[in-house]
Amino acid sequence: MYDMKEYYESQSVEDAIRLRLEHPQAHIIAGGSDVLVQMREGKRAGVELISIYMLDELRGVSIDEEENIRIGSLTSFSHITKDPIIQKYINVLGEAVDQVGGPQIRNIGTIGGNTCNGVTSADSASTLFAWEAIVELTGPNGKRRVPIRDFYLKAKQVDIREGEIQTAILIPKESYDRTYGYYIKYAMRNALDIATNGCSVNVRLSPDKKTFERVRIAYGVAGPIPMRAPKAEASINGQPVTAEVAETFARTVLQDINPRDSWRASKAFRQHIAVESARRCLAESVRLSGGEL
Amino acid sequence: MQNQYKLLKFNLNGKDVTTMIDVRESLTDLLRNDFRLTSVKKGCEVGECGACNVLINGEAFNSCIYLAAWVEGKSVRTLESLMGPNGELSDIQQAFIDEAAIQCGFCTPGFIMSAVEILESNKLYTDAELRKLLSGHLCRCTGYENIIRAVKKTMYKRQGKEYVEE
Repeated sequence: MYDMKEYYESQSVEDAIRLRLEHPQAHIIAGGSDVLVQMREGKRAGVELISIYMLDELRGVSIDEEENIRIGSLTSFSHITKDPIIQKYINVLGEAVDQVGGPQIRNIGTIGGNTCNGVTSADSASTLFAWEAIVELTGPNGKRRVPIRDFYLKAKQVDIREGEIQTAILIPKESYDRTYGYYIKYAMRNALDIATNGCSVNVRLSPDKKTFERVRIAYGVAGPIPMRAPKAEASINGQPVTAEVAETFARTVLQDINPRDSWRASKAFRQHIAVESARRCLAESVRLSGGEL
Repeated sequence: MQNQYKLLKFNLNGKDVTTMIDVRESLTDLLRNDFRLTSVKKGCEVGECGACNVLINGEAFNSCIYLAAWVEGKSVRTLESLMGPNGELSDIQQAFIDEAAIQCGFCTPGFIMSAVEILESNKLYTDAELRKLLSGHLCRCTGYENIIRAVKKTMYKRQGKEYVEE
């Protein structure tokens, strides 16, 4: 038995909003692979739960009328990885979420839950930051869209307001068009581990493959929330595709990130991994884009 | 609690069932306590060890971190479903015995249910892929090699192919 005070099952998005307004103190549960574990640990013991897990309308990946890739918030990691739209336009996201936990966790864990936790180590987060994803929230006043960098307020706190639930993650066409990316998770084990560092890079090359038209890079676990590396990006955008430019890009990352010393890894080690990951992710992204370093 | 009980309908090992549940129950609790399906083991109870793994609509889930209320309308399979009409073992269970992929046996039902999902996909996986597909389970006795071999041999056998050591 889980130690919960009350349990409410949402029948629809409207019903979930009503329940949120009626029970503002209740916690939202999606797949529960964090909420139930924290309940077991005692951190969330005795709370009220609003379940949105049964809302199949929030599952699936599609291209909407504005040509955004639309990922329903309850889409599981394994379904994202297997989805043909993801594989065609943003394969790196499928690969990144394929490194969460183990197979059973990837069947229950949802992309909405992964982002709403506000945890810096979430395997989806760095890629969503690097691809400038937009978070769709639905509440009593309708839908609201927030860029993912503004959605994360601080560690473990995201911008979900009264009565709202997260209903989708959108990737705009301008973001995924002619763009290829790569993600490296650095962790102690190959499965069931939390990232010591997560690095996601994506590249758009000029049509002749000679110039970096746009490079974006984001990290998880390089600070309290996922972050982009703007100075590194400025160092490479518009530059020719050469090994020197790539090397400068990887080195410049150190001016952007601020990892901490902890029992998991020292600051110096994390910085080393961050530079090496940037270098390898960039090289792989260039290769996927048809370019040569 | 106001809505503590809920009437739940789902398909369990091929049979439609209806039962009254406490909404605070995990699926592990429901399967073990109400249906006496004790192949579903309580290990870590936080979704790390895979001992409670069952198939829900054909996909593997750790039933310890799955609320019983969520199986409404779904189809659940446990290790007990593999048994033949006269108590015969299935090929994958026999393979675990033949390959000595068991010592204490606590992780075995969970491993086998993941193996069932792997085998029913009818794909021929590489060793690396098999390791990844089975990585959601902890075994503290066998060192995994025999388990991987048992799954691999059954995979080749079912597809009528010659087993090859990688």
